[in-house]
Amino acid sequence: MTPTNGRASATPLFHHAPKPRHNPTFCFVSLAFVVLKSTVMKCAAALVLVALAYPAAAQTPAARAIQLPYSEFTLPNGLRVILHEDHSVPMVTVNMWYHVGSAREKEKRTGFAHLFEHLMFMGSGHVKPGEFDEWLEAAGGDNNGSTENDRTNYWINVPSTSLELALFLESDRMGYLLDTMTPKTVDAQRDVVKNERRQSVENRPYGTAEVVIGEMLYPAAHPYHWPVIGYMDDLTAASYDDVVGFFKKYYAPSNASLVVAGDLQPADARKVIEKWFGDVKAGPAPEPMTIPGASLTGVQKKTITDRVQLPRVYLAWLTPRHFEPGDAALDIVADVLAGGKNSRLYKRLVYDMQIAQDVNAFQASAQLSSSFQIVATPRPGHTVADVQKVIDEEIQKLQREAPSAHELERAVNQIESSFYNRMERVGGFGGVADQLNAYFTYTGDPDWFNEDLARYRALSPNDVSAAAVQFLPLGARVELTVEPEKRP
Amino acid sequence: MRMPFIVLVAALSSGVLAAQQAPDRSHPPQPGPPAPLRLPSIQKQKLSNGLPVWIVDDHKVPVAQVNLVVFSGTANDPPGKYGVASFAAAMLEEGAGSRSALEIADAVDFLGADVGATSTSDASAVRLHVPVARLADALPIMGDVALRPTFPRDELDRQRQQRLTSLLQGRDDPPTIAAVAFSRVLYGKGHRYGTAQMGTAETIKTFTSDDLRSFYAAAFRPENATLLAVGDFNAATVVPLLEKTFGSWKAAASAAPEKLPPAEPPARRQIYLIDKPGAPQSQIRIGSIGVPRSTPDYFPIIVMNTILGGSFTSRLNNNLREVHGYAYGASSGFDMRLGSGPFFAAAGVQTDKTAEALTEFFNELNAILKPVPAEELARAKNYVSLRYPSSFESTGDISRRLEDALVYHLPDDYFAKYVQNIQAVSAADVQRVAQKYVQPDRVAVVVVGDLKAIEPRIRALNLGTITTLSIDDVFGPKP
Repeated sequence: MTPTNGRASATPLFHHAPKPRHNPTFCFVSLAFVVLKSTVMKCAAALVLVALAYPAAAQTPAARAIQLPYSEFTLPNGLRVILHEDHSVPMVTVNMWYHVGSAREKEKRTGFAHLFEHLMFMGSGHVKPGEFDEWLEAAGGDNNGSTENDRTNYWINVPSTSLELALFLESDRMGYLLDTMTPKTVDAQRDVVKNERRQSVENRPYGTAEVVIGEMLYPAAHPYHWPVIGYMDDLTAASYDDVVGFFKKYYAPSNASLVVAGDLQPADARKVIEKWFGDVKAGPAPEPMTIPGASLTGVQKKTITDRVQLPRVYLAWLTPRHFEPGDAALDIVADVLAGGKNSRLYKRLVYDMQIAQDVNAFQASAQLSSSFQIVATPRPGHTVADVQKVIDEEIQKLQREAPSAHELERAVNQIESSFYNRMERVGGFGGVADQLNAYFTYTGDPDWFNEDLARYRALSPNDVSAAAVQFLPLGARVELTVEPEKRP
Repeated sequence: MRMPFIVLVAALSSGVLAAQQAPDRSHPPQPGPPAPLRLPSIQKQKLSNGLPVWIVDDHKVPVAQVNLVVFSGTANDPPGKYGVASFAAAMLEEGAGSRSALEIADAVDFLGADVGATSTSDASAVRLHVPVARLADALPIMGDVALRPTFPRDELDRQRQQRLTSLLQGRDDPPTIAAVAFSRVLYGKGHRYGTAQMGTAETIKTFTSDDLRSFYAAAFRPENATLLAVGDFNAATVVPLLEKTFGSWKAAASAAPEKLPPAEPPARRQIYLIDKPGAPQSQIRIGSIGVPRSTPDYFPIIVMNTILGGSFTSRLNNNLREVHGYAYGASSGFDMRLGSGPFFAAAGVQTDKTAEALTEFFNELNAILKPVPAEELARAKNYVSLRYPSSFESTGDISRRLEDALVYHLPDDYFAKYVQNIQAVSAADVQRVAQKYVQPDRVAVVVVGDLKAIEPRIRALNLGTITTLSIDDVFGPKP
């Protein structure tokens, strides 16, 4: 599911846009030299999906096993803390995950978890509005946050000699956020978030399609029915009282986990973490969620229009949750279908027939339910029906016969490489600290890297086709078409 | 100095006790002195054919990054052939040596490698990232791609259709329209910087294999290239591998590089409006001709821009996002190249506040001409310089820093002196470069939005001459 980034900031002076693989148009990075960070992140998100869908390894045996030594402790107020040492650059990162996302939102308050995330940067009991960012920048620090369906994360990267400043700020907003919160603060960030929605959904080509897919996949009462960014009316309705209630319910230390990683000495770091988080009061555990079931019994079809030149087709299925049986096999299905030039759909639609500009497939893994999606854009002169026919033929073929050993190995090799690549940065979104927190949050084990990789290594070609049979029935899915808006 | 171990244990065992007392939150903890900057050490060697090789050992993760950088880019596109460098780079992976496009992709994917070839304004590069255990398997593929491209005719046609469709789709995206229009109105059709790196539909339709080959032959020569290798190896083990792939590479023909004409900043403020009916936001770009990367004002400009629109607390972001809520974010930047790239300020703002946002942009562009307060200056300098070490974190990061050093001829002590050069910038320096390069009365303003809703109020601002452009004016006729 698409994360919603809390904050925009300036483009680095020399922005080397990542090269989209085999799909130069999906993000259209090549023409744009002015992009806000938010836009960059959107592109990055799409690339990550492609990269995961591609993800891949080889005749040469794997390199050394991934080892991420860490230590772990729990404060008396219930905050779980994970420490990881890495002295390659003199920086540390403070990475906090709150185990709450848009799935916890109340009726008529969609988008609230993300609006709340924005308020976390607006000062707290001992930090006046504006000082959070001013102090961090004055120390050479960077920070950001993002919201998904199931969690909200925050990170602060600072030079290692400013670790205490980062811990002070992170603990102050956990302990004392409401001391300085006012209805005016809520109003200010409400406007910012509405502009984030305009920029990332309404004014972005095909931006509304993702929202509609969620609505079609899940019944109205299911928390994945509504988008993380929320609906405009609900953002308008969000109140100061909602902020107080949400904070008390979901922002207790026992509903969070903290990873501090980088250039640190664990014993010293533990001392200062205890110092700054020790006075944060414990809170009640959130009530368990009751999740209505979601299933697709037939084909749900819909056509919407957008201000675009070309139509696009989205096919989507409900699939097993993150890390459940079938989840890893569906990552491989995505790669076999649309990862790289030799993938079946890319090769037929884009390379041989040249009737599509792009095709992507991915398993969007999440905690309560996942979805598998195939997205393709017909070239001028070709239709969604032409493209969808080929997609269905290839799904059926994969359901009939297992992929070759070579196809499977190619996919697993790419996944294995992606694990190494993910080790190169400690802080920020997707850095080592963020991954430790993600694994902790979803599996209970921060260092679940090898177990995760083992899921892919264990797959046989038959497992891949079996997953396609079980989870991608042609007769029970969402079929969304975006057609170009007709203007006089 | 760290505490002796025994004392540490005692401190830890009293942790619960300490946790019961609230810490003093009346003042934020003060940062300690920054750790000394440890720069990667660069070993500079040559292969037997004279190709320079820069090597950095980085043993954190078992991966390797190898980049072949050539010092010719899209700025070297001849008139009438805008887009040829970018097209040629994209074609390198579409057939090389005895391998077809599909064979290259399959081999690269099977190794879990990533191979990419791109052209930017001032350079082109073939870059390989791969688990180090598979470096020896991946280098021959990279070698074919970089040294023996075949430019097959059918792949050329495929790539052409891909690019034409991509240009067509660019017309959907307001930030893309704004960026392309901004370059065009500042530099015009006759300057390379006035056209997207990809070129136009008109040029893309005309390229032949010979066009691509001639760009390739002029650009990809050992005398015009450097090889970078960053990763989990050392020079003794990696140089023989690089020698095997690149050591026998011979020069082909060379050609005189294109000279860029000088670009003149606008003589007065000019407004360009582009209609995007129904758009809920207006994309705004304001700016002028900036500076080349070689400018002696580099460090003052970096600091000035950080204050204006280069960080979260910068004036533009604070004003347009935090104070007024007109935008999700606002920024500014200097796109420095071998020639003078643009200076720009940018945001996407809600349609009904477009005129107000333009007023605030100009308030900030005028305010930066006045002296900056000491605290704001110190914050900007620290923000840029203290996090500098993180720009050397991954193998990709390090290789990009080395590429910058090569392409822009940075001095050997550039990285080592970076922090002190930033810290040396004074308030007077910032004011001087702001007055010299920002010039709010001599800028181009591009607004892409719903003109029916925004045009009357923009006109009422009386900012300058207003010209309305069509999407075709920006992109040329629909492909």
